[in-house]
Amino acid sequence: MATPHAVSMKVRNIHKGFGAFKALDGISLDIAAGELVCLLGPSGCGKTTLLRCIAGLEKQDNGTIVIGSRDVSDLPPQARDYGIVFQSYALFPNLSVEQNIGYGLNGNSRATIKARVTQMLELVGLAGSEKKYPGQLSGGQQQRVALARALAPAPSLLLLDEPMSALDARVREHLCGELRELQKRLGITTLMVTHNQDEAMLMADRIAVINQGRVEQYASAHDIYRSPATPFVAEFVGQGNWLPFERSLDGHAQVGGLHVRLPVRLPGESRGRLFCRPESVVVNPPVHEDNLFSAHLHELTFLGNRCRLRFELDALPGHSLLAEVEPDAMPRLTGADMWVALPPRSLQVFV
Amino acid sequence: MDAETPVSAGSQARLNPQLKDTLASNGVIADRLFIKGGQWLLLALLLLTVVFPLAAMLWRGIAGDASQGGGMQAAITLVSSANFRWLLGNSLKVSLTVALIVVPLAYAFAYALQRTCIRAKPLWRGISLLPLLAPSMLPGIALIYLFGNQGVLRGLLSDNIYGFWGIVIGQAIYTFPHALMVLLSALALADARLFDAASSMGASPWRAFRSITWSGSRQGVFAALCLVFTLCITDFGVPVVVGGDYQVLALEAYKAVVGQQQFGRGALIGMVLLLPALLSFAVDLWLRRRQRDAMGGRAQVYHPRPSRGRDLAFLCTTALICLALLGVFGMAIYSSLVKFWPYNLSLSLDHYAFSELPGGWLAYRNSLVLAGCSALFGSLVIFTGAYLIEKTRQTALTQLLRLLSFVPMAVPGLVFGLGYVFFFNQPNNPLSGLYGTLTLLVLCTIAHFFTTAQMTAAAALRQLDGEYEAAALSLKVPLVRHFFRVTLPICLPALLDIIRYLFVSAMTTVSAAIFLYSPDSVLAAVAVLNMDDAGNVGGAAAMSTLILLTSAGVSLLLAGVSRGLLRRSQAWRQPTPGL
Repeated sequence: MATPHAVSMKVRNIHKGFGAFKALDGISLDIAAGELVCLLGPSGCGKTTLLRCIAGLEKQDNGTIVIGSRDVSDLPPQARDYGIVFQSYALFPNLSVEQNIGYGLNGNSRATIKARVTQMLELVGLAGSEKKYPGQLSGGQQQRVALARALAPAPSLLLLDEPMSALDARVREHLCGELRELQKRLGITTLMVTHNQDEAMLMADRIAVINQGRVEQYASAHDIYRSPATPFVAEFVGQGNWLPFERSLDGHAQVGGLHVRLPVRLPGESRGRLFCRPESVVVNPPVHEDNLFSAHLHELTFLGNRCRLRFELDALPGHSLLAEVEPDAMPRLTGADMWVALPPRSLQVFV
Repeated sequence: MDAETPVSAGSQARLNPQLKDTLASNGVIADRLFIKGGQWLLLALLLLTVVFPLAAMLWRGIAGDASQGGGMQAAITLVSSANFRWLLGNSLKVSLTVALIVVPLAYAFAYALQRTCIRAKPLWRGISLLPLLAPSMLPGIALIYLFGNQGVLRGLLSDNIYGFWGIVIGQAIYTFPHALMVLLSALALADARLFDAASSMGASPWRAFRSITWSGSRQGVFAALCLVFTLCITDFGVPVVVGGDYQVLALEAYKAVVGQQQFGRGALIGMVLLLPALLSFAVDLWLRRRQRDAMGGRAQVYHPRPSRGRDLAFLCTTALICLALLGVFGMAIYSSLVKFWPYNLSLSLDHYAFSELPGGWLAYRNSLVLAGCSALFGSLVIFTGAYLIEKTRQTALTQLLRLLSFVPMAVPGLVFGLGYVFFFNQPNNPLSGLYGTLTLLVLCTIAHFFTTAQMTAAAALRQLDGEYEAAALSLKVPLVRHFFRVTLPICLPALLDIIRYLFVSAMTTVSAAIFLYSPDSVLAAVAVLNMDDAGNVGGAAAMSTLILLTSAGVSLLLAGVSRGLLRRSQAWRQPTPGL
């Protein structure tokens, strides 16, 4: 996917504190040339601070940032060669679309600037809007102008700071796809900050889940969802069920009064929590399965593309669990009593 | 463009790849010069025009020459003298009385403008701001024509106007718009949801007023009280005209320095006058920090609904106050046109024949130059300074600048003037050549009115997206270019506001200038004082009127320019509340 111009980026051991608060606590990331990486995390986790450090808008306390082969750790923002799209877009209201996009092209000939602006507007699908002012555009159009402005000087790196959060949900998904398609086409190395996991999954080659200034997991969307590296990742991305367990004598797990088979045997003394995605839970299986337990249904919610069941294992009262089933695959329920199976392969152990 | 062509090598527009690096490195140097150079220049300016003069005054007062009435011994003698206590008592009594009269009136006036549906609000507002446009002597002069020994309404007063009540009325008129502006902004915005909640809980309008409006604006009331008190205790324009035998401290400082060359004594009194200003400033700052922001992002702006009885009552109050102001100012203008009061009431422009007086038209020309230069240079320095403080990386230097820009607010003009005398009139100061020149008067005016202008600029700048500068930097545009291309055009209305404020202030102020002028740099407002002193009250009225008309004319002109600009930029400027 990468074009010959695309550059890689290395972030090594970045620390940044604001007073006693540690915003970044030793972050390291490698981004391959042409890759789109999302920094995903709750608000206040440090993802925006990391982006601002990379942009040179904040000065890290220590650590290095290498873009391509240049160590830019101590360079001012102007010397780092990146384009950035902010959450607010930061379009200059007193300049027309044309002037905004041409803002960073100073020094080129007038004709070059004009051609470049036209080219960028075509690229983002806004040809003909040259003379409009940002205030006359919709949110989605403003975002495209901001993107065009960031890309116009042909930077080697594109930074996106929550670019979708000012848009309403319907426009957002459409623009996510468009932005990703554009990024692939240009092959520009891109780092995007978001707190929205859907956006991250829609767009990213790899996702770095960040919590309390540290990288919890850095992997593809699939791996992050299917095999979360830490309880935080498991909890933050998607929904999940947690079952506290102790090691049983045969190396499997004892959850309350239930014996739960695991994909692998547990070594030595251990206790912890089992994790299971709601869609992995099998409701009223037609044939016998492992870890089949009787349960009591509390609530059934229809969510359009799936049904959500909130239930309680009979042997584990007071502990609410979730299962999700496709509406077509929804088994017949008679009354509130049912059976659920927790397939061993879908169980993940956190000690 | 097709998928194979990367944008960085676009066929239609070939960007010069080397250009990027050149631009970046040039930009970095230009920015460092603009930011660091600008910040250090601002620091030098504030030190020179604010900190050093103040320090010089303190030094003169505490450690000064005993022969000039300075030093600790002289301080003790001064403070323990009966005369000083009489002066202090008079000053306190007058200032407190004015504050207690003006603030309730201004509160009612501001409430009428912001929270009721009375008609012709712009008219009332315009009239109420009249006293800002003239020197503080003008109300005093008008009072002489109204209630003086030969005044038209002399019969209404049993006593003479010269004295306590003369000063109180004169200063009440002079300070009214100052209090009004503070209270207008305190009452400007209210959250409509709070009023809905109050009425849904069955609260009476009076209860809603007490728990929402009053609690939201009482800090403004306190600030207005402090402001009026400080303005009165340091003002000598009104006392000098209608004070008669009723002496106050500010006048004494003026006489000590200008009349008797008792610099040490002047410095000591200056320090005494600085105290209430500093104290009220500190308390105000403390209160402001405690007050939570009443208007969150989700607040809905409150729009008053018509209410017949309330609106009528407030309309009457507003109209009465405006009538009084118009009466006073009308009288001043009328008296400047009367040939020989009260014997020959035919109208003429005789009093405007300043050319026969020493420094007559020269004073007016000087004032125009002073006001023009202060407005032009002051607004540029202050706005750029505010930008360099607000929109750059925060360092110890920006914090220091922030702190220093607040100091002028707490220093009365009289104290400024004294400080300048002590600092720039020293033979061993290399800048002593500036003493008595218009240049120094310009510097003093800018320093004196620095804080208000700076706060206007900072407020306008804070409304701008904080990422504009970051975006410009990422595009390798030098900040100084960004400042002129984006920041300044967006903030032009605020800049015009600052220009107007500085112009009018420079035109009308006497408090600092009275210590600093020489025969060559005499100002119009000073000429008013001198003519009045020489018994030429008609001439004083005429010069005051001229100042009033000039200030009003320039204000209207700038308002017109501002409106024109707003109309021209309508395409991109969204209406912002409060503009």
